[in-house]
Amino acid sequence: MKEARWLIGAIILGVVIALIMLRPMPFLFAAGLPHTGFFGRGLYIIILACFLCLYRICRGPTGADRIVAVDILGIMIAGFCALLTISTGRSWYIDIGIAWALQSFISTLALSKYLEGRDFDE
Amino acid sequence: MSDIIGLVFIGVGLAFDLVGCLGLVRLPDVYNRLQAATKCVTIGTCSILFGTFIIAGFTAAGMKSLLCIVFLILTSPVAAHAIARAAHRSGIKLCKESVIDKYADDKEGHI
Repeated sequence: MKEARWLIGAIILGVVIALIMLRPMPFLFAAGLPHTGFFGRGLYIIILACFLCLYRICRGPTGADRIVAVDILGIMIAGFCALLTISTGRSWYIDIGIAWALQSFISTLALSKYLEGRDFDE
Repeated sequence: MSDIIGLVFIGVGLAFDLVGCLGLVRLPDVYNRLQAATKCVTIGTCSILFGTFIIAGFTAAGMKSLLCIVFLILTSPVAAHAIARAAHRSGIKLCKESVIDKYADDKEGHI
């Protein structure tokens, strides 16, 4: 039973990645993102990973799970901005990535202090 | 040639990102999730940024991506340690398959 569930999950993941990398996706073109070439397809793989993080944020049993998922989401948005920089050729996208990583780090530290139950000035 | 090397780096980074987030969904415990997600996603994102630097060269985008790599490598382990310490101190239990808990032993020994 467990092997069957593993196999079904692996097949679904492989089909989704093959759809992203091999076929054009007309239902996502309306967002205005670039969709040609390797970098344009890589954007959609990062979006898939972000949806996995959002699942953990919604479903997480404890607060620490949600904090971990928010931290990882912030780091992945930095990678998303790097791919946008290459695929569109505009260098100011990476600035958004740097600023987002900075505020994600600070908010993670503040949330972990809050989870530990101490004040901010210790 | 540099385009091909950058493509290899970005492909490795994308694979690590996806596998790290899969571990974030699949693993049973907050500590295991932290392990998988932090290592895989940090290496993956740093690899994507390094591929960006190789493709863009010594331009504004390349230097800013190098700056972002340095920043991520400095800050991500600090955030992971803070989360793990706060989770352990706030009393979140380990999963039932885990066999040892050294940090609880250390705290009992000190108090």
